[in-house]
Amino acid sequence: MAMPKLPGIGMLKGLAVTMKTMVKTIVLPGKYLNTINYPVDKEAPVPRARGVIALDQEACTVCMLCARNCPDWCIYIEGHKEEKTPEKPGGRVKVRATLDRFDIDYALCMYCGICVEVCPFDALFWSPDYEYSENHMGKLMHDMDRLQDWMATVPPDPGPER
Amino acid sequence: MNFWLKLVITLVVAAGIIPAVGMAIGFAEMKLSAKMQSRVGPYFAGGRWGWAQLIADGVKFFQKEDLIPADADRPVFKWAPALVLAATVAILVPIPFGPDVVGRNLDLGIFYALAVSSLSTIGVLMAGWSSANKYSLIGGLRAAGQLIAYELPLVLAVVGVVMLAGTMSLNGIVEAQASWFSERGWQFGLPFVAVQFVGFGIFMIASLAELSRIPFDMPIAESELVMGYLTEYTGFRFLFFFLAEFANMFSLSAIAATLFLGGYWVPGLSDAQLNFVGPVVLFAKIGVLVFIMIWFRWTFPRFREDQLQSIAWKWLIPLSLANILVTGVLKVVF
Repeated sequence: MAMPKLPGIGMLKGLAVTMKTMVKTIVLPGKYLNTINYPVDKEAPVPRARGVIALDQEACTVCMLCARNCPDWCIYIEGHKEEKTPEKPGGRVKVRATLDRFDIDYALCMYCGICVEVCPFDALFWSPDYEYSENHMGKLMHDMDRLQDWMATVPPDPGPER
Repeated sequence: MNFWLKLVITLVVAAGIIPAVGMAIGFAEMKLSAKMQSRVGPYFAGGRWGWAQLIADGVKFFQKEDLIPADADRPVFKWAPALVLAATVAILVPIPFGPDVVGRNLDLGIFYALAVSSLSTIGVLMAGWSSANKYSLIGGLRAAGQLIAYELPLVLAVVGVVMLAGTMSLNGIVEAQASWFSERGWQFGLPFVAVQFVGFGIFMIASLAELSRIPFDMPIAESELVMGYLTEYTGFRFLFFFLAEFANMFSLSAIAATLFLGGYWVPGLSDAQLNFVGPVVLFAKIGVLVFIMIWFRWTFPRFREDQLQSIAWKWLIPLSLANILVTGVLKVVF
């Protein structure tokens, strides 16, 4: 049988918890502080964090699946077909789709990742980098060169999950 | 001293002490609450420890537009914050920081202080009524109900001290703590909290409720009433309420320290020495009490309205009446 509780003992326990936390945080901030002094110290995001979407221009075939599946319509794609002159005279003319424009408007993007999932040619990747805030909303429109630059921050493929 | 010179000095001190004390307590609350939650708190303002955070906040409030709702009762809406702050300043008049460091040594000092402190209730009710907003109105009415309920234990807790001291003057109460049983020849100093601990507890709980701080913050309960009677206030009118809350913490703690913890009195010092040491001692005692208030705020959740009322009417008021009875009996016996 449990002992009958003293009335108000829970309140004292609560007070003890806050007091202990306060003393610990003041005496040993390095160990007990739960926050990071952001602009000075930086948190290392986990590899699979959804920070920003990177584009591999070489892999893209301008299939527009990402733009069509985007719930926010924040992906803008324009492209054209380039005809390669045949190597031998009379040969077949090869056609290659080429990107003219690939913009992602991060002011609209909701980081759902559907574009990354849906890309059949592995041209889009998640990067954990998150430091691209701007003073002007229009600057959040990243063009294809900037998206290509994010490829450098994409972590290596960890392989299939078990 | 020249009357006018004294008036100017008193005015300057009163005008300086309210914002200074309000800011100091507000900053202490920010920092301490941060530590209690394993955070850093203000950090960048002012270069070190964020000491200028409250000054920056004050400047920010002054830059804001003074919005008044279209349906508001304009004069009432405008004057409500001034009334709340005026009541806060007026409480400080009879509080002695030393034998002579006192605004005015009133014969009915504690009576005056408690009467003036309930003026701020009217300011809160004015703010809630005039905002033309249902949240504000409900907040104002809750504040009125709560402050009426807790005014009673607050006053009744003081009665025990007044009976022991035999005077209502705050200076007289401090002197009574310095010299117990002086009419019988054996004189010793002891703060009244030694025998009036029940009264002290009731006074602190009731003053937390008077301040409508957590755990008694039903009038401004953010999660249900947006911000209660503060909902429609912006800019420096909001700043007035904000300062009044922290300055009220200071003045109610000062009253509690004077009544129960011996006020400015230190054993073995003459009156001339106490005029200099007294303010420091009283400020230290106020600091401890303010810390307890902050500690409570960041530990406990909010009481429900019915719990809040039943604590006052079913527990605190009967307990304080019993305290008065026991004090009276013991006063007659000894």
